[in-house]
Amino acid sequence: MSAVTEQRDASPPEPPKGLSPRQKQRVSRGVQYAVLLVVVVVLAALADWKAIGQSFFNLDVARQGLPELFTVALRNTVIYTVSGFVLGFVVGLVLALMRLSTVAPYRWVSAIYIEIFRGLPMLLIFLLIGSLPLAFPGFELPGGVYGSAALGLGVVSAAYMAENFRAGIQAVPKGQMEAARSLGMPHMRAMVSIVIPQAIRIVLPPLTNQLVSLLKDSSLVLMLGVTAAQVELAKFGNDQASTHANPTPILATGLTYLLITIPLGYVARRLEARQGAGR
Amino acid sequence: MSTVKISDLHKSFGKLEVLKGVDFTVESGQVVCVIGPSGSGKSTLLRCVNLLEQPTSGTVVVDGVDLTDPDVDIDAARRRIGMVFQQFNLFPHLTVRRNVTIAQERVLKRRKDECDRVARENLEKVGLLEKIDAYPPQLSGGQQQRVAIARALAMNPSLMLFDEPTSALDPELVGDVLSVMRQLAEDGMTMLVVTHEMGFAREVADRVVFMDGGVIVEDGPPEQVIADPQHERTRGFLSRVLHPGA
Repeated sequence: MSAVTEQRDASPPEPPKGLSPRQKQRVSRGVQYAVLLVVVVVLAALADWKAIGQSFFNLDVARQGLPELFTVALRNTVIYTVSGFVLGFVVGLVLALMRLSTVAPYRWVSAIYIEIFRGLPMLLIFLLIGSLPLAFPGFELPGGVYGSAALGLGVVSAAYMAENFRAGIQAVPKGQMEAARSLGMPHMRAMVSIVIPQAIRIVLPPLTNQLVSLLKDSSLVLMLGVTAAQVELAKFGNDQASTHANPTPILATGLTYLLITIPLGYVARRLEARQGAGR
Repeated sequence: MSTVKISDLHKSFGKLEVLKGVDFTVESGQVVCVIGPSGSGKSTLLRCVNLLEQPTSGTVVVDGVDLTDPDVDIDAARRRIGMVFQQFNLFPHLTVRRNVTIAQERVLKRRKDECDRVARENLEKVGLLEKIDAYPPQLSGGQQQRVAIARALAMNPSLMLFDEPTSALDPELVGDVLSVMRQLAEDGMTMLVVTHEMGFAREVADRVVFMDGGVIVEDGPPEQVIADPQHERTRGFLSRVLHPGA
């Protein structure tokens, strides 16, 4: 063994010139707090709180929107969203299967559909659906506004969901299809009983996000021209705001959207986390 | 019981020729083990027998039905051929019971209570009746593989194909699966087994087939192919498998 013990430098380290990194960090954070404080104080001093309260948080005006805000507007928003989602789900699944078909023309049709409807603004689709009676006088979609809304929301979300489903189906291990086929199941039966249920589980988080964005897009139904009974949240808020010459109803409508979108987003994140943990 | 007759079987993946003319037969009630180095084409051969791989040329005749005939009802043919995979391939979203009943119900159109009876009977056979309501991910690898065997048996196959059934298992779980297969062989099932388990091949197989480079090099009873191989390639392979590191 070597008996040599290294002599550690006992004298304190020489104080560095200027600030240490930690000191710099502290100063920087202090400055950020100071800026924030100044901004808040200036805003609070300059803002006309009374006017803001009158305009945006006018409870009297908000109360006049009740209970229709929930019983009519929210209800219709949910109906439009869910019917669009169901249509998009079914059509999207069919498109995904076509996209994976061995028959080339099916693949083309599906690819073209997806490209078109992912590439167009949803607003344009609604304008188009709204003008169908112009092109075909006397033509009416079954279900009236409800049918038109489901169609508009459905055809666009189908394009997005098709891509989700395709990814999900491809994420199911190949051995699942092989095991099903070797039990004598025809291809379609194996798809329906074995592959698709697993694929849907895989794409549950993105589908939930799709539902959230459909909920917001359902505001475009106002482009179809709706009666008071068919009104959804966004138009309802806008109409109320016009009637009372006060934007409070728009804010109330916004809160109502958040009432649904925030929990749904939470559910989506939970599903994602659970999937990350399992398997 | 069933017979398999394979003649001049070729299979290529793109430019890669994996099977270069394979001829062989399995008689009814026989257990044939296929051994050979990885990449020798033995799994491909097995997968050609139930047409999971489409042969490039040649014929595969099972029970007198030429599966390579374009007009053959492949789904009907596959019902009679059980397949057990290296990775088990149980349906993870279904219970053990449903794994074993779904094809009976959807393919054979058996009545529900009949499906359930057959499922119980076969799970009993592989010693896993108490797991009937579990989901596959809750089972060990060895248990999953035994459920996979029960799932295949529930279709009353006349031929069972095993594609390296114990290769994905922890060593201590291999024995349970092999003893289920041994019991099956004793019951007279026609079996074609791709395996690295030389002990199983020697004990249970009626014939051992050694493949290398896409052809059958040696084919005979285990006491010949394993104990007294005639070909240099067989000898080399066996010494590597039986005495690894030597």
